[in-house]
Amino acid sequence: MSTETEHTTESDKSDDEHSHEHPSDKKYFQIAGILAILTALEVATYWLESVPGEILIPVLMIMMVVKFFYVAAWFMHLRFDNSLFMKFFVSGLILASVVYAIFLTVFEFWHKG
Amino acid sequence: MTNQTHSEETTTGLSHNKLGMWVFLGSECLLFGALISTYLLYRGRFADGPAPGDIFDIPFTSVSSFVLLMSSLTMVLALSALQRGDERNNRLWLLTTALLGAVFVGGQVYEFTTFLREGLGYTTSPFSSAFFTLTGFHGVHVSLGVIFLMSLYVSSARGNLHKERAETVELIGLYWHFVDIVWIFIFTVIYLVPSPTS
Amino acid sequence: MTQTMEPSSMETSNGENSHRPLGVYTRPKGGSGWRDWVTTVDHKKIGILYGAAALLFFVIGGIEALLIRLQLATPDGTVLGADTYNQIYTMHGVTMIFLAAMPLAAAFANYLIPLQIGARDVAFPRLNAMSFWVFLAGGIFINLSWLLGGAPDGGWFAYSPNTGIVFSPSHGMDFYAIGLQITGIASLVSGINLTVTIFNMRAPGMTLFKMPVFTWMMLVVQLLLVFAMPVIAVALFLLTFSRLFGATFFTPELGGDPLLWQHLFWIFGHPEVYILVLPAFGIISEVIPTFSRKPIFGYPFMVFSGIAIGFMGWGVWAHHMFASGIGPVSVAAFSLSTMFIAVPTGVKILNWMATMWGGRIKFSAAMLFAIGVVSMFTIGGLSGVTHSVAPADTQQTDTYYIVAHFHYVIFGGIIFGLFSGFYFWWPKVFGHKLSEKMGKLNFWVMLIGFNLTFGPMHILGLQGMSRRIDTYSPGFGFEAWNLVVTIGSFIIALSVLIFLINVITSARNARGLPPIGPDPWDARSLEWITPNPTPAHNFDEIPIVESLDEFWHRKYGSDEDGKVVRVASAEDVCQDGSAEGVHLPSPSYWPLVFAIGLPFIGLGLIYSLWFCVFGGALALMGLYAWVFEPVDDPDVDHHEPQKEDVSD
Repeated sequence: MSTETEHTTESDKSDDEHSHEHPSDKKYFQIAGILAILTALEVATYWLESVPGEILIPVLMIMMVVKFFYVAAWFMHLRFDNSLFMKFFVSGLILASVVYAIFLTVFEFWHKG
Repeated sequence: MTNQTHSEETTTGLSHNKLGMWVFLGSECLLFGALISTYLLYRGRFADGPAPGDIFDIPFTSVSSFVLLMSSLTMVLALSALQRGDERNNRLWLLTTALLGAVFVGGQVYEFTTFLREGLGYTTSPFSSAFFTLTGFHGVHVSLGVIFLMSLYVSSARGNLHKERAETVELIGLYWHFVDIVWIFIFTVIYLVPSPTS
Repeated sequence: MTQTMEPSSMETSNGENSHRPLGVYTRPKGGSGWRDWVTTVDHKKIGILYGAAALLFFVIGGIEALLIRLQLATPDGTVLGADTYNQIYTMHGVTMIFLAAMPLAAAFANYLIPLQIGARDVAFPRLNAMSFWVFLAGGIFINLSWLLGGAPDGGWFAYSPNTGIVFSPSHGMDFYAIGLQITGIASLVSGINLTVTIFNMRAPGMTLFKMPVFTWMMLVVQLLLVFAMPVIAVALFLLTFSRLFGATFFTPELGGDPLLWQHLFWIFGHPEVYILVLPAFGIISEVIPTFSRKPIFGYPFMVFSGIAIGFMGWGVWAHHMFASGIGPVSVAAFSLSTMFIAVPTGVKILNWMATMWGGRIKFSAAMLFAIGVVSMFTIGGLSGVTHSVAPADTQQTDTYYIVAHFHYVIFGGIIFGLFSGFYFWWPKVFGHKLSEKMGKLNFWVMLIGFNLTFGPMHILGLQGMSRRIDTYSPGFGFEAWNLVVTIGSFIIALSVLIFLINVITSARNARGLPPIGPDPWDARSLEWITPNPTPAHNFDEIPIVESLDEFWHRKYGSDEDGKVVRVASAEDVCQDGSAEGVHLPSPSYWPLVFAIGLPFIGLGLIYSLWFCVFGGALALMGLYAWVFEPVDDPDVDHHEPQKEDVSD
């Protein structure tokens, strides 16, 4: 990526320095472009009737995770900001994923498809 | 653990507000997780009412999802403008973001009324209750975000939103992007993954 | 969103009453009397408010417990009817857990965390005030149900379908669902606030692993609150929508599954158990080293076992549901995880005992209560392990054996721990000790009453007496033990009365006398560097922290032989509270205004939407006035032209 995206390893940098590291508007437009293409691909699967669920669902999930990642990393600045922010957020995310996955497992959700 | 360099303000050198916002967003994951799980549990239980696979209008929802996704772009552009000190563009993008958000909410209201006409009321089945509750909660989050954005816009129009207060815009932005990524999840898992039909 | 300070407001402030939020009210200036208390944003005053309100609810919950015991003292009891009995036992549980134990822990957290980490206040002082008022509003709201057609009657766990309109036609469960939603907001906000405080406001040198164990346990609790409250929030929303708007989440005829409620409730409910007990663990981890005159044994193990408990607490929830038909695989998995969670708890018990081992123990009232926790909680923990064995649990489910178990945990672990904290930190808060003599009496009476009350419940449960029934017939062998239990419960009531009398007489005896002076217990952690009672600004100057047990290390060093010797008197080490002109966050009306709005929204949902309009308008007005009110009133307490001069 560009030079602007290098990680903040020194957290004693002042806020001003932080904001300089934020990407340019051009970069934001690029990310939005990627997100738009991914969304178009996702929606396109709606018309593909012959694809079996075992392939379709994982593909959809992967595209979803990539979109999720791009928004969180770039628009929410997790890529550039202090990692403590990410730790709190990811803790909630992982905890929610694991707990509710167990929850649905106990209800035998996955068997029904 | 974290760095031991003490900025004059806080131990970690991070702003209270931003740290608090991220902790809150971590907490919101559990909230939406519970609502989404409830929906997944009930999506096949539509009693005598319409089934999700019969009623979802994927092309329509795709358009409104796209609108919400692009509002994340305008949100980050608003912040970027204010961080440069460009208050005029900040206002422009804030207003655009709020408008896109309002379009999304409008789309949701349209979707709900359509469903209602087609016989899917809030009390029709566990599926309908779970669906309206999940998307309703998300809609309330978006609506709150629109109110926040309009408050920022008014504040800026009155000349009270300067570069020094860019963090306020950043915080609202974090909330807004979070609501967007929740919808990224909902759009795929609830709408695009093939749903049961009757 | 508290940084709304406008640069221009500095220049426009000329003279008094310069800032009028909404153009109507002048900003509260602090002052004295009740006005000071309702507008305060001082974490210490908020801590005291939490403590006072929670003790009031504790007494109410206690009276409800006594009514339960009067009804069950003899077979075919007629003190309460079945319907009233349902309301009383439900409200006993709700009150004790959500309105007494949680806010009492919040009282300690609010008062002590900033002091233990060397801060002048919490990260968001006005949010802190809001948390308290919202909690109080929620507590009052739930109890309003007594006057408005009947209290909740579906148990504190509120299992569906008992909570549906059909089986619970009064508005009680609506008050339950909405009231707990309101107190949940308070817990969530306070959790975020204190988490940020602990991460962001530590004194120079106070690394995470120099923080006292109490603060560590409280950090784990705040994170559990942050992640667990949304789960109960969703469960309560589902219940509210089902009852008020006819949603079909729990309607089996249409495919709704009552087990959904149980899962959501216990996904929250089990972390909640640790939300309740970890504060008590934190308290006694301060008390035991102080009165054993030894550092805590295995500090890192204490910290990591606390984290482990908090973490593992998320993976055991279905052990509350072994008898509900969740399937053999689930039962086996949750049975195993439940057995594992006993390990970190055992580590803690061991470390407390190792701390006492070889120490010169001083059996003060606080220490007695702390030892009470170690011994009584262990009994509760052991009976808990018997539940983890699913076949045994199937036998025990819904019997008094379960009631015995969780009261040994909640009363023996939590209430004893909180009382230990009262006796230990009373001089810190009020500048005088509680009477040690009455304190020891308080302990022994409570210990005897507690064991008489909850010990026999094990036997009753194994004999087959079920929970939640309003009466029992003679001839099953329940009579004698039930009478003992009732007598025991009144002995507990006596011990609480002794405590309350102690509070009053100790305050009366201290009147006119100077405050107790520094360091009454030869304590170890940072909060004791401040004078007793703590001045409004906490620290004259923020201390530089070098070690765990910083305060102790400033008093003691070692001589040439490595023997511990006193190097400084407490008077030399402690600050005298004489600093002036320390700038503190200014008081505010708006948290209270916001909080008052919420119960009206609740009443509106139940009765008439007009209440909602009024409550919503009030809450919104509070929020907006709050956002546009600067955190710091520029006119008060400091004369520096720059806002950067917050500390010293």
